Amino acid sequence: MLRVERLTKSFRSGDSIFRALDGLSLDVPTGAFVTIIGSNGAGKSTLLRAILGLVEPDSGRIVLDGEDITAWPVHRRGAVIGRIAQDPHEGTCAAMTIAENLAMAALRGRKRGLSRAVTRARADAFRARLAETGLGLESRLDARVGTLSGGQRQALSLLMATDPAPRLLLLDEHLANLDPRISEAVMRLTAARIAATGVTTLMVTHNMAEAIRWGDHLVMLHAGRAIFAAEGPAKAALTVPDLVARFHDAAKADLADDRLLLSG
Amino acid sequence: MTGGMNQLAAMLTGTFEQGFLFGFLGLGVLITFRFFRFPDLTAEGSYPLGGAVAGALLVGGTGPGLATAAAVLAGAAAGMVTALVHTKLRINNIIAGIVVMTALYSVNLRVMGRANIPLLTTPSLTGEAVALANRIGLPFREGHASTIAVTLALLALAAFLLARFMHTDLGLAVRATGENETMIRALGVDTARTKLIGLAISNAFIALSGALVAQDHGFADIGMGTGILVTGAAGVMIGQALFGDGSIARWIGATIAGVLIYEFLVIAALRIGLAPTDLKLVTAALLLASLALPRLRGAR
Ligand SMILES: Nc1ncnc2c1ncn2[C@@H]1O[C@H](COP(=O)(O)OP(=O)(O)OP(=O)(O)O)[C@@H](O)[C@H]1O
Ligand SMILES: [Mg+2]
Repeated sequence: MLRVERLTKSFRSGDSIFRALDGLSLDVPTGAFVTIIGSNGAGKSTLLRAILGLVEPDSGRIVLDGEDITAWPVHRRGAVIGRIAQDPHEGTCAAMTIAENLAMAALRGRKRGLSRAVTRARADAFRARLAETGLGLESRLDARVGTLSGGQRQALSLLMATDPAPRLLLLDEHLANLDPRISEAVMRLTAARIAATGVTTLMVTHNMAEAIRWGDHLVMLHAGRAIFAAEGPAKAALTVPDLVARFHDAAKADLADDRLLLSG
Repeated sequence: MTGGMNQLAAMLTGTFEQGFLFGFLGLGVLITFRFFRFPDLTAEGSYPLGGAVAGALLVGGTGPGLATAAAVLAGAAAGMVTALVHTKLRINNIIAGIVVMTALYSVNLRVMGRANIPLLTTPSLTGEAVALANRIGLPFREGHASTIAVTLALLALAAFLLARFMHTDLGLAVRATGENETMIRALGVDTARTKLIGLAISNAFIALSGALVAQDHGFADIGMGTGILVTGAAGVMIGQALFGDGSIARWIGATIAGVLIYEFLVIAALRIGLAPTDLKLVTAALLLASLALPRLRGAR
């Protein structure tokens, strides 16, 4: 269970202060697969970065499985949270080989000692995992990751983020830089890994159809708050026009607020 | 004809002797300069620290083996201080290196008690090794050849251990810390710790160079570290320019080859009549050449 309680975060740029998170609260049951949508600047990335410890919230709490992790250092959260960012370069080490990258991920949150990282047994296990991706990576264990395509790197990031399974998986538009065909393949792979591990997942996407299609919960963020949530059959019954209408309502409400301010 | 041959032989002897002694320095700089991607100026203090600790202990009657080991540990400690200044006080890594380098100047003077310790009459690691060889019946004698042999053996061992380490679970985390710190932290690694380890190993190697050079040249001097980072970086860069960067083994081999080539060119420059004071100019030219070479090749 992930609880995000009244999270706020403001960014100062010049003289103006921008509220990226405005008292955002969110309850995510263990094993849930939540898709998160929202317009540019809604606070989606800031929320995920706050959970990861990359952004320090001004107030509020983040509680994972009953433990308050708000003050945990990044590496301590990394031990229990898997993550894939939009940029394929963020989740992998370009100068190291596929096998070495997987070996680093295999020890997520465990003590790292002086035993050989890429043993034959581990290499065999990596090969089997890579074969499941269908991207032809299983024969390239010793290739440097810098020589892979963006899609292959994201698929590798996915394996690294989910094997061994973390307690929480955070995906921030991890398909955004991929061409449609590869994007579909990596998304299928993502769903398969989530199903296989049962990991609690938050997936940010700009694609409303995908947000409806995948996962069992949907949350819409706007101006740093969760303004709409749906789950189960209600979520499955959503349509893209439904969501677009909700976006428009939220935007209209903003306009009304502005007018109030101007007249006041 | 034979004069020319003799000259070349003398140049090569000098190259291998000084080059292998500087090999440890090259490996140390490789770790910070290439893997951690910053010029660690701690080197300018940890190199003379190695010479100072070994020198002071040798003069005090400690054996060369122990004295050299103590120098290595002192270098590791210096690297750790730089890492802690960087990670705990959140000071930029280059500045942290400069701070520790500055402090080490005074520390080194304290350790030595004066600016220069002559070591002509104290035993050396090479001498010790030759004596050991003699005892088991091998007819070695102390000289350039034995220094080269002993240093090469030590360097080969150090290079082997470094390569092995870089392929361990911990070693991978250390390498990733320099390449993609966000990623390796996201995998649960405390990078303050991996930086501590990386800088400790780097400066241990550099101090070992200082300790061996002091024993070979017969003195430890407070000024012996001046410009030493550039020497190490020149080796790393020449090696990379000529032999590329692939596997860890290649990085290590290229660095040692780079240091040897650098030493050869320096000795050659002196032979053709350049004054020792002009050497920095030669070094600058070599650095530029090794940086420009891959670019010119790529631009073609
Ligand atoms: N480090 C930062 N410094 C200043 N402002 C920031 C910073 N990070 C985010 N912001 C601002 O906070 C707001 C929310 O940003 P965030 O990245 O969370 O939006 P998002 O919902 O992920 O948008 P997108 O769909 O464009 O990725 C934006 O207005 C952004 O400009
Ligand atoms: Mg974003």
